[in-house]
Amino acid sequence: MSTPDTAAPGAAGHHRDGEPLITFDKVVKQFGDHVVLRDLDFTVAPGERVTLIGPSGSGKTTILRLLMTLEAPSGGNIWVDGEPLWHMHKGDQLVPANEKHLRAVRTKIGMVFQQFNLFPNMSVLRNITEAPVCVLGKSGEEAEHQARELLERVGLEAKADAHPSQLSGGQQQRVAIARALAMEPKILLLDEVTSALDPELVAGVLNVLRNVAETTDITMLIVTHEMQFARDVSQRVMMFDGGQVIEQGPPEKIFGHCDHERTKRFLRAVIEER
Amino acid sequence: MTWDMDYALDVLPPILEAFLRYTLLVTVLASVLAAVLGLVFAVVRRVRVPVLTPLTTAFVEFVRSTPIPIQLFFLFYVLPEAGLTLPGLFVGVVTLGVHYACYYSEVYRAGIDGVPKGQWEACTSLSMSPRYQWQHVVLPQAVRNVLPALGNYVISMFKETPFLFLIAVPEMVQEAVAIGGRDFRYLEPVTIAGLIFLAASYPSSVAIRRLEKRLVHA
Repeated sequence: MSTPDTAAPGAAGHHRDGEPLITFDKVVKQFGDHVVLRDLDFTVAPGERVTLIGPSGSGKTTILRLLMTLEAPSGGNIWVDGEPLWHMHKGDQLVPANEKHLRAVRTKIGMVFQQFNLFPNMSVLRNITEAPVCVLGKSGEEAEHQARELLERVGLEAKADAHPSQLSGGQQQRVAIARALAMEPKILLLDEVTSALDPELVAGVLNVLRNVAETTDITMLIVTHEMQFARDVSQRVMMFDGGQVIEQGPPEKIFGHCDHERTKRFLRAVIEER
Repeated sequence: MTWDMDYALDVLPPILEAFLRYTLLVTVLASVLAAVLGLVFAVVRRVRVPVLTPLTTAFVEFVRSTPIPIQLFFLFYVLPEAGLTLPGLFVGVVTLGVHYACYYSEVYRAGIDGVPKGQWEACTSLSMSPRYQWQHVVLPQAVRNVLPALGNYVISMFKETPFLFLIAVPEMVQEAVAIGGRDFRYLEPVTIAGLIFLAASYPSSVAIRRLEKRLVHA
């Protein structure tokens, strides 16, 4: 079976043992005068699952968007799997990456969006098989076989021929997860994947993700307000505020007895809101 | 002035023939040209190619701001003075096709802008090439959204085909007026030509409205 648990770890890459899979090195991101990330440094180890928490506007989603190459950093360097993401080697120098380089690094990264973003002009099955066929060059049969396995895994094998508009939000999001996994990414970015869902549909999506976390060693960066989920799946929680990491540690510590007053206030606010 | 049914039936076949051989043919060919060229204009304007994009924008503005008769006269009567003589039917198809391509490009542009940003981002997250995104994700959605608007332009182009009499293309209205001049009786031929326009346009616009409703509900 060619699902990510067999294909993702250690697939062709430049990664060496003991090195982080993701490195942010003095990364700056600003929109006009507004600084979203300031000199941000952090690393993520291969297979690690990290939850990013913090008030809105603290830059969590921007971190995911920089990694997915949806936004370009204003300064600093990002390394993924031993390669610079937004730059490439030219002789001894690092020059800004071209489209080809970006596309090559991108294939290691998958993303699930808040608004699902399924392709409405394609069936559920084709949503999942499209990129493996056209980007990875898989045969139609192989891609379909894999897609059906993934659909089974997210509990939607019966919906293969449905159109996205016929599915509930929760079902659409589960298809979006299957679609991202079909690309066998090393890194999976989850951007508030349950925020747009009706409350009764949240559990189904989170269960699928818990299962992915338990059965694969895909590295995950998770932006979520579901603190129980964060506690269950992540090995590390990073608290952001003002574009910087103000505190980080294992979930038991952050959720149990965090050091910072800012973190305490934030967690209290999140709990009250729910 | 009374309606002579026998005369009307006499002149119907040649008018209908002119409709099929010229009016309908020009409408179909010019629509296809407009649909394809308009899409090219819209994409070129959107992807921002140096030189090509500003040129296209200027061309579209120029064509939209000048009337069809001037464009017809220019291609049919002025170009031969520069040594390039083109057949009337060809000039008619190209003029209407290019003119409407400029309108179409605006319609397509609205359709492209209507595709949510998340669709582009999903394509990026799946490492799809820009070409692939356009072909398989963006354009199918954009075109579907604007099909009714495109259909309405086909109908209005259809009703502008009588301009082709300016360059001596024997389309339907030209034929009807010629018959009227021959027999000194205009009521029947001109009415018939009008009715044929009505008979073709009205069902088409009803069909487009149906399509519009179906797209909204789907």
